[in-house]
Amino acid sequence: MVDEIAIIGAGMHPWGKWGRNFVEYGVAAISDALTDAAVDYRDIQFVAGADTMRNGYPGYVAGATFAQAMGWTGIPVTSAYGACASGAMAIEAARQRILAGLCDVALVVGADTTPKGFLAPQSGERWTDPDWLRFRLIGATNPTYFGLYARRRIDLYGATEDDFAAVKVKNARHGLNNPYARYRKEYTAEEIMASPIVADPLRLLHICATSDGGAALVLASMDWARAHGHANPVRIKAVSTITPTFPNTVIDMPGFSTDSAAGVPAPERTFKQAIGDAAYAQAGIGPEDINVAEVYDLSSALELDWYEDLGLCEVGGAEQLLRDGDTTIGGRVPVNPSGGLSCFGEAVPAQAIAQVCELTWQLRGEATGRQVDNATAGITANQGLFGHGSAVIVSR
Amino acid sequence: MTHTRVAAIEGWFTLDDEPHLLGTRCSESGTFYFPPETTMSRAPGCSAATLEPVQLSRIGRVWSYTNAGYKPPPPYIAMTDPHVPFVIAAVELIEERIVILGQMVGGVTVDDLAVGDEVEVALDTLHFDDDGNEVVVWKWKPTGRRAEGAQ
Repeated sequence: MVDEIAIIGAGMHPWGKWGRNFVEYGVAAISDALTDAAVDYRDIQFVAGADTMRNGYPGYVAGATFAQAMGWTGIPVTSAYGACASGAMAIEAARQRILAGLCDVALVVGADTTPKGFLAPQSGERWTDPDWLRFRLIGATNPTYFGLYARRRIDLYGATEDDFAAVKVKNARHGLNNPYARYRKEYTAEEIMASPIVADPLRLLHICATSDGGAALVLASMDWARAHGHANPVRIKAVSTITPTFPNTVIDMPGFSTDSAAGVPAPERTFKQAIGDAAYAQAGIGPEDINVAEVYDLSSALELDWYEDLGLCEVGGAEQLLRDGDTTIGGRVPVNPSGGLSCFGEAVPAQAIAQVCELTWQLRGEATGRQVDNATAGITANQGLFGHGSAVIVSR
Repeated sequence: MTHTRVAAIEGWFTLDDEPHLLGTRCSESGTFYFPPETTMSRAPGCSAATLEPVQLSRIGRVWSYTNAGYKPPPPYIAMTDPHVPFVIAAVELIEERIVILGQMVGGVTVDDLAVGDEVEVALDTLHFDDDGNEVVVWKWKPTGRRAEGAQ
């Protein structure tokens, strides 16, 4: 088990398609997190920024960009990039610095401004870049991979279109009163099933949008938190930022293939299962201790995969867990009480941080309109392009 | 009008009547690579191994499949306007224990497929280039059989 650190402040800028500079969203989130923590920015000793690739140079050096925006104070910074897992990497950078005794209180921030439509690769002729080649040679978009996973659920586990729609209906209801959510609208299963097919069996309303947004956390050592008025803060018990183990036998974006298992036997647990395993091992708790989860529902069907990968049910049991209402607020282990990516759309560098903001509010009992009763332990999960795991376990 | 056939990418597949995907094989672990890995075997402990060029099995079974309901963004080059949905399959080669993506040949729809169906490698048009050449790429074509051991 690893020592805990405290989450003393959480803040977000509402998700949307605002079209403004990403720095603005990040600064708004930072201000809210600092107010929440009752900490002056000049007392922050370290800034970890999660990078965005879409906003020019300032996006690649997010730590410095936000440190400059807040007014230089001479403190060290870092900038982390791990695609969708960037936020978890930034949290981990701050946590390591705190646990190493190199600082007492740190700021983590991520923000993005996104273009409309499919996420496309960088422009130019990039014949050695698999992300470019998959579009050129196959026309494989991100939803292509989500469609492959969803079809496996149908053909192997008996998932139905009704199940995928039920995930969307649930998450839309969860997010209805979340002031940070971009989409706050209820959907019926009929509306969802009337939306056009994007990547069979997935329809437009099953697939998350890309959004603008920003999220920030103020993290501190337990001693510093207690000495500064936070007697019983939400704690981070684990951060999992693992990579796959060779051979990775489940096809991942943006690859053309899996690793071959002809030479080296496949590991017992898949990469996504291992992401949760590593977090549980670090926290010294198991899936049975979890009362709330925020998982990456890039598609409705992918949320079902996460139920199994995080051990909330056995493999092949996700549809039953959903149908029993266990993952709805009021159920045994509500999943995506924030509304998830379904209600937010993805703001890549902010999203993993936003997941932790939501669990912080849930564990404090401050998630008005979407509160999970008596939540004491929660897990976040996502997976970033090119082999980046991301899971955070918090408790109170 | 006849078109000269050119490969969409060099060294990933053969252009003969019974086309093969081209890969490499780690001399120490026996791990296969597609696209062909030429720098170093990624199998742990095999960095000193040599990578031998190999033709991969022509037949595989469908691991999963989906389609492109919307036209993919560039650098994809659309063949048709308006867009006609095409099917993409992830296919497992049994001997190589590897799953490889590819479009299904034209005319196949998702209703024609199930996980476990047997398919073979075929060449099909990806697009026509500015010189009028037919740019071909590997695609998967149903054999009409269920693969052995398919679930």
